[in-house]
Amino acid sequence: MFALNVNGYICGRKAAGIRPAKPLKTLLRLAFLSLVLLLAGTLPAHGHGPEAPAAHGDAEAAEFNAGQLIMGHVVDDHSWHIAGDFAIPLPVIIYDTQRGLQMFSSGRFEHGHAAYNGYMLHDGKIVAVDAAGNVDEAASANIWDISITKNTLAIFMVVALMLVVFISVAGSYKARTGMAPKGLQSLLEPIILFVRDDVAKSSIGPEYARFMPFLLTQFFLILFANLLGLVPVFPGGANVTGSIAVTFTLALFTFVVVTFNGNKHYWHHILAMPGVPAWVLIILTPVEILGMFLKPFVLMIRLFANITGGHIIVMSFFSLIFVFGVSSPVAGYGVSIVSVAFTIFMNLLEMLVAFIQAYVFTFLTALYLGAAVEQSHEHKESLV
Amino acid sequence: MLLASLVEPAFGLIFWMTLSFGVAFFLLAKFAWKPILNALHERERSIEDAIGEARKAREEVAAMKAGNEELLQQARNERDQLLKEAREIRDREIAGAKDRAKAEADAILARAREDIRNEKNAAITEMKNLVGELSIEVAERILREKLSDKAAQEALLEKVLKESDLRRS
Repeated sequence: MFALNVNGYICGRKAAGIRPAKPLKTLLRLAFLSLVLLLAGTLPAHGHGPEAPAAHGDAEAAEFNAGQLIMGHVVDDHSWHIAGDFAIPLPVIIYDTQRGLQMFSSGRFEHGHAAYNGYMLHDGKIVAVDAAGNVDEAASANIWDISITKNTLAIFMVVALMLVVFISVAGSYKARTGMAPKGLQSLLEPIILFVRDDVAKSSIGPEYARFMPFLLTQFFLILFANLLGLVPVFPGGANVTGSIAVTFTLALFTFVVVTFNGNKHYWHHILAMPGVPAWVLIILTPVEILGMFLKPFVLMIRLFANITGGHIIVMSFFSLIFVFGVSSPVAGYGVSIVSVAFTIFMNLLEMLVAFIQAYVFTFLTALYLGAAVEQSHEHKESLV
Repeated sequence: MLLASLVEPAFGLIFWMTLSFGVAFFLLAKFAWKPILNALHERERSIEDAIGEARKAREEVAAMKAGNEELLQQARNERDQLLKEAREIRDREIAGAKDRAKAEADAILARAREDIRNEKNAAITEMKNLVGELSIEVAERILREKLSDKAAQEALLEKVLKESDLRRS
């Protein structure tokens, strides 16, 4: 967990040049991550196995585990926890190369306590078990899990929200041709214009129009997912853009679009940088090829680390209340004032980060696209 | 364990994310981005056109104003020209009339002088004739009366003269 946080901090620093709020945020992150580290060190070591899930019983209440609570929030899940003991069970869809497609409710697993149909939840992963309940590693390798998880459902909701919002906005553009924007349209128009003028046009150049739909989809998908992730209650709260699979997919799209739109000039620069002696090319060409993959990789890590980091901080503040509350209720109430204040502050900061990260991701994608379709022989500094 | 599930990309999520992004991209590109971007472009173009047209209209008005000014100046010049010509014509007319009148007056004067001279000559001739006749008449009477008495002679002369004078008057 801490290795990850340090990782997030480093990746965050790479974007520091573009992020005005960064020094303050970095400081805060560092301060409270070290606090979490301290707390985690003092808390009793706790088994994370399926036999010891999130504390519910009276006997376990005293052993509040902040680390587990936070991680339980930021990772994906097969059910969507709403409040208290109530969680929405989500459909499990698995393709077993031996047994074919299987679909059933995740409620069958009873939060990892029960096996169903030869499958069981183990650390949030579906594994195959034998009749005695022992994990069958060989059979587990055959499982392709395409369940509708919490993050999947959140993605669907983000996409649905985007479709509703932007198709209705498109409708008002049609209805109000040539007139000033109104309502939702006037809220989103500056952002669309920002993406068009300050992201696409300035980075890509004359060919920007071709990439506008891709960049807008990417920008608003990240933005909406970021913002929805900050909403503490259902349907928000899912750590969509703080999920490595999601940022991996987004970065993969960037990689595919950039690579497939690369012109002769772009490939010439990668494979044989003009004006460079042949012996330098032996070093430079592998570096350039590595850079092709490194750029989307960094996009993936940056978004993931920033959003996950934000969620961890907010959850850490809340955990503080209960960590102190365990030792003395008075301390818990006392800390809650500071904690809630800091949580609100962090949430506001995260709203800024939601915009900044959507901007940075789209801006860098546009920059890479600009390098891919560039015609002239001017050298642009490539940002990694 | 949980950490592993945090940093390890889950296949299912990648699958659904790819699908969702693809669907979102195609639906939004067709039904949202295209109309929105077109409408924005259209509006910007119409605003640009309107500004251009306004500028053109302003330029036209300015050009028209300059034209009017020129026309006015032309009219003014023409008026001045006309006035000048009229004045010249008037002056010429007056001068001509004066000359003609002078010439006529001179002619009349010349004629009058001629007449006077003629009359004078005629009068002189008549006078000469009359004096001659008178002289002859006087001489006749004198010759007819006897010129004895000096006093009587003078009285006679007087009488003749008087008579002739009376007759003549």
